Amino acid sequence: MSETLSRRKMITRGIAAATGVAGLIAADRIAGAYGLIPPDSGGVWGPGETLTYAAQRLLMSHHSMAREFNRSDVSKAIPVSGEPPSAGQYKELLESSFRNWRIPIDGMVARPASFSIDELKRMPMSSQITHQACEEGWSFIAEWHGVQLSHVLNLAGVSPAAKFVVVYAYDGVWDSLDLADAYHPQTFLTYGLNGNELPTRHGAPLRLKVARQLGYKSVKFLSRITLTDSLKSVGNGKGSISPDYGYSWYAGI
Amino acid sequence: MAHSTYIPEVAHEANQAQIAHRVPLLVRLTHWTFTLSFFGLAVSGFAIILAHPHFYWGETGNILTPPLFSLPLPTMLGGPSGWGRSLHFQSAWLAVVSGLLYLISGVASRRFRNELLPAKQEFSLGALRSCVADHLRLNRLVQDDGYNILQKLAYLGVVFVAFPLMILSGFAMSPSITSVFPWMVEVFGGHQTARTIHFFLANLLVLFLLAHVTMVALAGFTSRMMAMITGRPAARKEMQ
Repeated sequence: MSETLSRRKMITRGIAAATGVAGLIAADRIAGAYGLIPPDSGGVWGPGETLTYAAQRLLMSHHSMAREFNRSDVSKAIPVSGEPPSAGQYKELLESSFRNWRIPIDGMVARPASFSIDELKRMPMSSQITHQACEEGWSFIAEWHGVQLSHVLNLAGVSPAAKFVVVYAYDGVWDSLDLADAYHPQTFLTYGLNGNELPTRHGAPLRLKVARQLGYKSVKFLSRITLTDSLKSVGNGKGSISPDYGYSWYAGI
Repeated sequence: MAHSTYIPEVAHEANQAQIAHRVPLLVRLTHWTFTLSFFGLAVSGFAIILAHPHFYWGETGNILTPPLFSLPLPTMLGGPSGWGRSLHFQSAWLAVVSGLLYLISGVASRRFRNELLPAKQEFSLGALRSCVADHLRLNRLVQDDGYNILQKLAYLGVVFVAFPLMILSGFAMSPSITSVFPWMVEVFGGHQTARTIHFFLANLLVLFLLAHVTMVALAGFTSRMMAMITGRPAARKEMQ
C-alpha cells in the first residue's frame, strides 16, 4: 500500500471517529429530551438498558395491547414468589380486613386525594386475561379485575410537568412507571383475581398490574402513589428498588 | 459525483484481497465482536436458566405444572438472573450490531453469493459423499478453492436460520414486543414453547462453536487465527 493511501485512510478514519463521538453526544442529548433514557442508565449495564428502552419507546406504539386470552386459558393454580409482610402496619391492616386502608395519590397532581378499596371498586371496573411471566422464567395466565390507573390519575389531575408515577408498597418495595405505561389501558390498580377478591399472597388489598412488563413490575401490597418529574431524588435515584438487587428498572424485556 | 473517485480504489483493494485470499477487515472485526457477544450471551443465558431450570411446552409453565424436562442444576434465585439478563441484553445488542454489519457487507460485497451459495453440482450425491468422506478422514481440511459444501451449508444455516430464529424466539418472550407483534410468539405456539426452543437453539449454536473451533484447530490453529486477526495466514503453513 502506498503511504498516501494509508494517510488518507488515517484522516478518513479520524473524521469518522470524530463524527461518531459527536453523533453519540447529540444522540444522548436528544434521547434525554425525549425521555428515552431509563433512570438506571448508569453503570456497566447502562448502554444495554438504554438501547433496549429507547428502541422500544421509539419503535413501538405507546398503546399496543398485551395479548388477551380466553377464560378457558386461565391457569388452574398460580405460584407466588415472596410472602406478605408479617409484621408492622400491614399486619394490623390485614387483621382488620383493610377497613382503614386508604391509598394516597400525591406529588405533582392538582387534587391530592386518597381512596379506600370500596371507593376504588365504585370506579369503572376493567378486566384483563393476560399472560404474566416472572423474570425467573415461569409464567401463568390469569384474569385481573381493577380500575385503570389512568382513571385514578385523571381524578387527581396530573401536572403536565410530571413524568413518572412512583408506587410504594407495605413490603418495602417501590417502583415507578413512565407515563406511556402508567396511562396504558392494561395498567390496572387490581383488587380482584379470577373473579374473587385479590388473595393476600397476590398483593391484597391492591396490586399494580403492568401487562407489558415482567411480573416484578406488578407491585403488590400498594401503600402510596406519587407523581414526580424526576426520579433522581427518589430513593436510590434509579427509579426502583429492583436495581439494588441487580434487576432492571424497565422490564418490558 | 464526489464518491465516484473512490470506487476504483475500493475495487482495486477488493481485487488485491481476492488475490491474496485476505479476510476483509470488516469480517475480521465483526468476527471478534461477535465472538465476545457470543460468550456474553452463552454465559448469561446459563445464568438466567439457574433461576428456573425447568422447561415447558405451550403458553404457560410453572412449578405447579408438569415440565417437559428439567436440568440437573441448582435453583439460584435473586442473583444470576439479574446480572445475567443485563449481560444478555448488552451482549445481544453487540451481536445484533456485529451481525448487521456482517450481513450488509456480505451482501454488498457479494461475498455470500460468491463464497457461500452452493453451486448445483455440489449437491450431487457423489460430491456430497466425497466431501463427507474427506471430513471423516480429516483429508483436505485446508483448501485454497474456497468453502466446501458442508461448510457452506453449516454457515448458511447458522447465519440465515439459527440466528434469526434465536432472535425471534427471544423477542417472543418479551411482553412489550409481542404486544406490537403478537405473531412473534404465536408462530411458536406460546411463550414457554419459545423459551424452550430458544434453549435448544442455544445448545445447537454452542455445538456449532465447538465444531468450528475443532475444525480451526485441525486446519492449523495459528495460521487460521492469524488469518482472522491480520487478514493473512501465518507465513509458514502448518499443513500442506
